Amino acid sequence: MDATGPLSSDGLVQLLTPEGDAVEDSTYSPYAAHLTPDDLRAFWRDMTVVRAFDKEATSLQRQGELGLWVQSWGQEAAQIGSGHALRGPDFVFPSYREHGVALTRDVDLVEVLRIFRGLQHGAWTPQDHGFHLYTLVIGAHALHATGYAMAMDFDGLVASGNPERDGAVVCYFGDGATAQGDVAEAMTYASVHNAPVVFFVQNNQFAISEPTSRQSRVPIADRGLGYGIPSVRVDGNDVIASHAVTRWALEHARSGAGPVLVEALTYRMGAHTTSDDPTRYRSKAQEAYWAERDPIARLEAHLIARGELSQEFRDQVTAEADALCERTRTTVRSWERPALATMFDDVYALPHATVDAERAWFERYEASFADATGGATVDAGAAR
Amino acid sequence: MTERLTMAGAINAGLRAAMERDDKVLLMGEDIGALGGVFRVTDGLHKDFGEHRVRDTPLAESGIVGTAIGMAMRGYRSVIEIQFDGFIFPAYNQITTQLAKMHYRSRGDITLPIVIRVPFAGGIGAVEHHSESVEALFAHTAGLRIVSPATPQDAFDLIQQSIACPDPVLFLEPKARYWDKGDVDTQRVAAQLDAPDGEAAATAEMASARIAREGAHVTLVAYGPTVRVALQAAEVAAADGTDVEVIDLRSISPLDSDAVVRSAKRTGRVVVVHEAPTAFGAGAELSARVTEQAFFHLHAPVLRVGGFHTPYPGNTFEHHYLPDIDRVLDAVDRVMRH
Repeated sequence: MDATGPLSSDGLVQLLTPEGDAVEDSTYSPYAAHLTPDDLRAFWRDMTVVRAFDKEATSLQRQGELGLWVQSWGQEAAQIGSGHALRGPDFVFPSYREHGVALTRDVDLVEVLRIFRGLQHGAWTPQDHGFHLYTLVIGAHALHATGYAMAMDFDGLVASGNPERDGAVVCYFGDGATAQGDVAEAMTYASVHNAPVVFFVQNNQFAISEPTSRQSRVPIADRGLGYGIPSVRVDGNDVIASHAVTRWALEHARSGAGPVLVEALTYRMGAHTTSDDPTRYRSKAQEAYWAERDPIARLEAHLIARGELSQEFRDQVTAEADALCERTRTTVRSWERPALATMFDDVYALPHATVDAERAWFERYEASFADATGGATVDAGAAR
Repeated sequence: MTERLTMAGAINAGLRAAMERDDKVLLMGEDIGALGGVFRVTDGLHKDFGEHRVRDTPLAESGIVGTAIGMAMRGYRSVIEIQFDGFIFPAYNQITTQLAKMHYRSRGDITLPIVIRVPFAGGIGAVEHHSESVEALFAHTAGLRIVSPATPQDAFDLIQQSIACPDPVLFLEPKARYWDKGDVDTQRVAAQLDAPDGEAAATAEMASARIAREGAHVTLVAYGPTVRVALQAAEVAAADGTDVEVIDLRSISPLDSDAVVRSAKRTGRVVVVHEAPTAFGAGAELSARVTEQAFFHLHAPVLRVGGFHTPYPGNTFEHHYLPDIDRVLDAVDRVMRH
């Protein structure tokens, strides 16, 4: 790890060392004090399950079942730890790698793959999960998150006097996104409106191939300070610290004290996507260094040292992960392409003459082939 | 009830009516509060509705649109003012990749009833970036509706219909017409919106063209700032014995080409006039549709009159860059010679 610059370890909040030893932090330990062994095992289970799913999806892409896959490998602690700090009316605006957060929001991970099989652009109802659709235009959703947070404030869901009723927004993006104008504008809007939004940056050290030093000369968290936004750096491979810091940040935002920037320093252990080739821009030595800091292994070491991870529980989680992977394989392969004319659905909420005319033409055109082939339907084929 | 209003006054009255009808309607923009906007279109609304509902934003257009999207996800209907046409481009990404597509990508789960008001087009002697005609750049994007009023009555009606519409609407205000006066019926649209399915009726009506002047020899199609030019040209042509029909499109997306095709089948001659550059413009689209749907009725090629493929020039040139009565009449003469 660099001594200075955007990857420095200065000020990193850590509650668990890479070896799994507990660390006290006077500010943030109290935000983890409520965690029982059951809670920690649940974190471990979620991290393990999402990693197995991630690996399965990667395989499905390699088998040609998905067009692309975006791995969350290595970032499980930052995602599961922060995701479990959410509750009630809280709302998440993810980027597109937040499968771990999706899991904590009760999104069926298998459904996420509809996007990557090219069936549709969104695969869950955001309002049902407090979890917005993935956004692929880097940083664009930081403004949506801020606007949503401002509206929560209008609706009296902040500093209501009843902490159970209060809510906030968490917006996830990466180190690369912090170079985007929309993220800068989001911080301006959030700070001047005192919006209840937590900007949660997973600094996974790469924007595809470009290192964080190409995005910033200083730690990403320092950016928040210029906007008057309290900013914290946390070890993003430490699930307990990621949880505690996010819990603190959400409490701050829900109380009406305004936005927070959390920088979780982590490492993208996989490629940017299945189309990427990290061997062209990073070293084996660096990958090995971070493999030793694997977020799941860290919590595992902690639980094992305390005798809190029984073989029975591990077997149970393995079975759960295997079942999810099996369901993933069979479900994905069973998906057929919807009727072609559904590509005209939901362009507008009310009729639009151009779309209606083109749809009508397309349906006639397709039907002309049905006639020519003696009535065979054009939609018989599956997507792939 | 009828009131005599300027177009700016009619938009102001329409905004007021929409805010009174629905307390989820918010106004957002730069200098729209105490100042009332640089064209004073929001004059008095800040005082009457308060800074919560008439919100001065940071000077960041992408942020205005982006935060409005988030607010819409909690049921707020933002009416955004982009201060000048040329300043919409910092928000281009939010409008085209986010606002326009969210209903589609959420498979109908999310609707974004956001109106983006843009004082647009030229003719007021402004400096650069203050006279742009941006409609074609947005008409190419599915998911957006685009309207432009030419009269105070349509300004009053269309702004309320746009706000009631569940889809995002780009509302292009011809700034050179802000001070044109006209009689405005202030009751009709209220009744439309209060009726069952008012939103659908309003959305359908705002997508329809209007015959601004009936005629038999040539169909002259215009919208927003060029409707007045077209009507003036029609008067001059009438003196020469040419009977010009003027169609005010009102909506660019969707484009009521059916209305134009119907007229073209009667007249056999079509001229489209807009301030935007003719190359790849709304006139090109309309010309293609008329050719596809009324080819055997045409006596002459469809002609376009509009701006040139240059940046909007310094304002000493603008009355030669913009289509004026003479250039419109020149095109009318050319289609009549066939």
